Amino acid sequence: MSEVRFTDQHEWVRLEGDEATVGITRHAAEQLGDVVFVELPQAGRKVGAGGEAAVVESVKAASEVYAPVGGEVTAANSALEAEPAKVNEDPEGAGWFFKMKLSDKAEFAKLMDAAAYQEFVKGL
Amino acid sequence: MTDTTEILKVTPLNALHLELGGKMVPFAGYAMPVQYPAGVLKEHLHTREKAGLFDVSHMGQAFLSGADPARALERVTPADIQGIPEGMQRYGLLLSDEGGIKDDFMTTRLAAEAALYLVVNAAMKDADFAYIAEKLKGEAQLAPAPDRALLALQGPLAAEVLERHSPGISQMTFMQAKRVTVAGAPAIVSRTGYTGEDGFEISIEGKDAEKVARALLKEAEVLPIGLGARDSLRLEAGLCLYGHDMDDSIDPVEANLVWSMGKRRKEAGDYPGAARIGKHLQDGAAKKRVGLRPEGRAPAREGTEIADKTGRVVGRVTSGGFGPSLNAPLAMGYVEKDFAATGTKLDLIVRGKALGAEVVAMPFVPNRYKRAKK
Repeated sequence: MSEVRFTDQHEWVRLEGDEATVGITRHAAEQLGDVVFVELPQAGRKVGAGGEAAVVESVKAASEVYAPVGGEVTAANSALEAEPAKVNEDPEGAGWFFKMKLSDKAEFAKLMDAAAYQEFVKGL
Repeated sequence: MTDTTEILKVTPLNALHLELGGKMVPFAGYAMPVQYPAGVLKEHLHTREKAGLFDVSHMGQAFLSGADPARALERVTPADIQGIPEGMQRYGLLLSDEGGIKDDFMTTRLAAEAALYLVVNAAMKDADFAYIAEKLKGEAQLAPAPDRALLALQGPLAAEVLERHSPGISQMTFMQAKRVTVAGAPAIVSRTGYTGEDGFEISIEGKDAEKVARALLKEAEVLPIGLGARDSLRLEAGLCLYGHDMDDSIDPVEANLVWSMGKRRKEAGDYPGAARIGKHLQDGAAKKRVGLRPEGRAPAREGTEIADKTGRVVGRVTSGGFGPSLNAPLAMGYVEKDFAATGTKLDLIVRGKALGAEVVAMPFVPNRYKRAKK
C-alpha cells in the first residue's frame, strides 16, 4: 500500500513503509516549463521538513525542491541528470527526484491529500 | 497576492496572444507572452530551424526630424549617425554626459526621408525619449509613435515566408530598411533582429498588427515565440540585454561594444563621456564584458559571482542560463581585465560551489545574417 501527499511548494511524496519518494507535481512541472538541469541530494544527507533538498532549472529560471518531510536521503534519481526532460514527461512517475527514510510519520499525515492539493492549485 | 497590482499596458496583439494560449507576464509595464503552449525550448529551437514571430510592440518607436537630425542625434551617441547610408539601419548606444550607457537603440535612414526612424528598448522608452528631446532641444524634434506596432519574424525561413506577403523583400540584405507593404499594410521593414538568425523587424500601424500577425502565423513554417525564447536566443547570439548586461555605470569600452562607435567619432572625440571613454579606448578599461561557458550542465544565473582559481571574486554574471541550441549552459558577465582573454579558466560560484568555466568568444551560436556580398 502506498499513499501520496502534496505540499504547498508543489512537491509530491509517496510513502511505502517508512520510505518516501519525492518529486515535483505535474502542475509545478508545467509552470516551470522545459527542465534542463536538476541537482540531486547525495544519499546519506539529512534534511528537515521544508529544507532545501534539490534544485530544478528550466531555460528561464532555477527553483528549489524542498523535502516535504524530515529524514535521511537514501537514493537519488540519477537518470534525471542525463535526461532532465523526464521531469516534464512523467513528473509524478519516472521523473521522481529522491527517496528518503522518514523520521516522523506524523509530518506526512499533515500534508495535503490529492483532493486538497487540487483545490489548493485551483485557488492559485 | 498584493493590492498594489500594476495596471499593465497591452500591445495591439493582446487578444491574439490570449487566443494562442500565451502565458502573459508583466514586462516593462506591459502584459507580454513569456511563452506559448509549445514552451520556451521548442520555441527557441523552432526559431533556429524555421521561423518564429515575436510581438515586440512594447519597444519604443519614434521619428526624429529637424534641419539635420543625424547631426543632432550625435550629441547623445558615439555612433556614426551622419554616415548611415540611405536605406540602412545602424546600432548605437545612448550615452549619459559621463559616458554611461543609458540604452541601446537602432537608427534608420529611410530612402528620401528627412526624419530618422528610431527604435529603443521598452523599459527605457519614456526616459530615452525625454532625454533625447531635452538634449536635442532647438535642433531636432522627437515624435514618439506609440500607435505603431512592431513584429519580428526571425529564422532561416523568415525571408521565404515574408516574400509571400511582401514580394521582393527577400532581396534585402542585413541592416537594410525600407518602406514596403506587408500583407496589405504599409510597413517599415528592416532585415535585422535579436536572435542571431536572419530575419526581419516589421513596423506597422497598431490597427494593422493583428491582420499582419495572423497572415504570418498562417504560414506552416511560423510559430509564435514568447519573451522566454527571445531571451535565450539573444543570449546565444551574444547580444546584450539593457539593464542586465549594461547600464549607466558601464561605458562602451567596458561593454565590449566599441564596434558600435563610429571611426570618425572616436577620432574626433566629439561624443558624451569622451574623457572617460577616450581614456578607456587608449589604455583599456578595468573590466570587460565576456562570454562564459560553464563546465557541466548547471546554469549560472544573473548575479552569480565569478572567481579566479584562487577563489578571489573577479566579476559577476549579468545574463546566464541554458542555451537550447548549444544544449549547454552559457553566460555573459563582467570580469577584471586580466581575466578577460579567451580561454581564461575561471570559477562560477553557484549555490556555494565553484563550477569551472572558460572565457569564450561570442556569439555562442554562429550568427546567420544575410549580409550583402562585398
